[in-house]
Amino acid sequence: MNLQSTAADETFRKEVADWMQAHLVGKYTELKHRGGPGDEEADPTMRKEWERKLAAGRWTCVGWPAEAGGRGLSIEQQVIFHEEYARAGGPGRMGHIGEGLIGPALIKFGTEEQKKRFLPGIVAGTTYWAQGYSEPGAGSDLANVQTRAEKQADGTWKVTGQKIWTSLAHESEWIFVLARGEAGTKGNKGLVFLLMPLAQPGIEIRPIKQLGGGNEFNEVFFDGAIALPENLVGGVGDGWKVAMGLLEAERGVSTLGQQMHFMHELDLVIAAARATGKDKNPQVRQRIAHAWCGLRVMRYNALRMLSGDSTSLQREAIIGKYYWSNWHRDLGKLAVDVLGPLADVPSNDPAIRPLQQLFFFSRADTIYAGTNEIQLNLIAERGLGMPREPRPAA
Amino acid sequence: MDFSLNEDQIMIRDAAENFLADVSDSAAVRKAMASERGYDESVWQRIASELGWCGIAVPEEHGGLGLGAVEIALVQEQIGRRLLCAPFFSTVCLAANVLKEAGSAAAQKQYLSSLAEGSLRATLPLPSDVAGWSAAATSVVATMESGHWRVQGVVDRVPDAANAELLLIFAQTSEGLGLFAVPADTNGMQIITAEPWDSTRRFSRVIMDLHLPMDARVDEPLRSGGLARSLALARLYIAAEQLGAAQQCMDLTVAYTATRKQFGRVVGSFQAVKHRCAEMMVKIEALRSAVYGAAAQAAGDAPTDLLAAECMMARALAGDALFFCAAEAIQLHGGVGFTWEYDPQLYFKRAQASSHWLGDSDALREQIAESLFSSAVHA
Repeated sequence: MNLQSTAADETFRKEVADWMQAHLVGKYTELKHRGGPGDEEADPTMRKEWERKLAAGRWTCVGWPAEAGGRGLSIEQQVIFHEEYARAGGPGRMGHIGEGLIGPALIKFGTEEQKKRFLPGIVAGTTYWAQGYSEPGAGSDLANVQTRAEKQADGTWKVTGQKIWTSLAHESEWIFVLARGEAGTKGNKGLVFLLMPLAQPGIEIRPIKQLGGGNEFNEVFFDGAIALPENLVGGVGDGWKVAMGLLEAERGVSTLGQQMHFMHELDLVIAAARATGKDKNPQVRQRIAHAWCGLRVMRYNALRMLSGDSTSLQREAIIGKYYWSNWHRDLGKLAVDVLGPLADVPSNDPAIRPLQQLFFFSRADTIYAGTNEIQLNLIAERGLGMPREPRPAA
Repeated sequence: MDFSLNEDQIMIRDAAENFLADVSDSAAVRKAMASERGYDESVWQRIASELGWCGIAVPEEHGGLGLGAVEIALVQEQIGRRLLCAPFFSTVCLAANVLKEAGSAAAQKQYLSSLAEGSLRATLPLPSDVAGWSAAATSVVATMESGHWRVQGVVDRVPDAANAELLLIFAQTSEGLGLFAVPADTNGMQIITAEPWDSTRRFSRVIMDLHLPMDARVDEPLRSGGLARSLALARLYIAAEQLGAAQQCMDLTVAYTATRKQFGRVVGSFQAVKHRCAEMMVKIEALRSAVYGAAAQAAGDAPTDLLAAECMMARALAGDALFFCAAEAIQLHGGVGFTWEYDPQLYFKRAQASSHWLGDSDALREQIAESLFSSAVHA
């Protein structure tokens, strides 16, 4: 166990910090700490410009292998990049679905043509992606997707159905879609994984207004929309494998960056407590101290996960999502309790607005990417080997 | 940056796990609890001579292994899991720790090698006050009288005192807190031991009016950070023990609910039960990350303020997690969880007893809050 960094890593850390300091300036200053989850609508146009600036500095897709256009950084250096990016207040990444999800899936499962066609646009910050997984009837039970993909005589796929909770679909050019490619199949069998341009006649995007007033999620309706034959990833029936592999690709390196943002939020809460005098309230002090403890726990938990602890069962990874999402939701409530009536009126004050967003959006944290209830099932079944929930035969 | 255990650490952990599963099972713990001394001397001898655990963190120049907080924490985790009855905690986690971090060179030379080989059992007070060592000196005064120290007063909550050959006593001196090494057979010392609900670890009250030689004072006043560091480490070692105990509460519960049947199925297949076990696992793994992280900080070169805050964190989380898991173990065992015969009660009693060692969770969090608001530690 060793928490010291090597000299090379420290040099790299300085390189990232220096680059951020030199480039997150001028008009980009107003993007600092903006655009994260719950704030995805913050100036998408300028954030796309920022993505291209990052790309020019070769700071996109830093964990991808060099032949895919990445930097091929070690896990340690990826962590350092994400930490320094977040520490500098780097804005929420418009390209995160491309860089973190579909890119790695194509690197793993895509054909050479697919890689050549799609990876450069992700690396350059010129092509943006949306994720078409959830459906009204397939939330926690994702394998229940009903969107149909019918193969046409000309080899193309005709897609009909509805996707929901699609982040940033209105800001994206492409969507990857999990659909039923073999009629009559059930569950995770017979699925296909298709890449589709969003700007086509058979696709309609409708925003969903959230409880906090934002619209970063959408419904996407498919009515005979077309996917070209060469845009099928994997074979017919491989959809589930590709979709799951993609969820695993996001294995924790950005977690420490996320925590830097959490730390920034806790700092805002501490500052708010000072400003409102709640820093004298013993219960508030307890909750703030407890939040700090949680932040340290998440950091060490991530370091355990990244060190690939000798045990084959990654217990720390299994609890990760449940822990951070509930921590974050609690911080949201603490934030507005500290603000008191200041939390009740929509505000543009940079000391208040992020905490209001935190309060509302963190309600989604314990729902998306596996609800609390699904997480507890997974922890009990995979972590503790307890009996599995009955599942209907596929 | 590497958070994985090295080969030696894994070996130490596995050896502790195997040895304690063998010598400190439920029957052995209950036998030790009922015995006059409260522990099995033959097991202690094996720990001291065969396994060498007492010398893990003692420097090599004093006959130890020269390892540190990570290795002690790993052993303590296993000790807590099996509720080992032995003077290990008092001798190693308290006495040797304080002497190593805050003792004078002479005192280290005099005591550390026999502490390392386990031939000397020692202890010092374990106050329930978050102030730590200084709280053990509120009713003990040391004055210099013609060429010797006179130490008078009373101190409560000294673990394993009835079995120790050496007591380290904190006392107020004219220039602040002092530490005195007192052989247990010194004239003028009275040790009164109560039988607690958690009889896996006994505490004594020590009443004293002592005349001690000048060299009985063993702290090194120049090493001002040493006492703070030893306090942090003691909290870490308690947290590690609580972690192991919490783990055992969960393991017992998962095993029991996998066999107990109602309504024609094992109760562990009900989601209401699974989710509660999962909640235990979340708290335990979070705590394990906290304990290992704080241990890694202690083994590195963390600033004292940060180390203190992290060890308070580990200790607060551990106290809460252990009580939660022990209470859940009783509940999820159902009726038998309420019996003397089943083990959850042992952990439940340890959970409550240890909840306030060196400060309860609320007090520890208040200290952390103070560090945050005074900017001694940053978010």
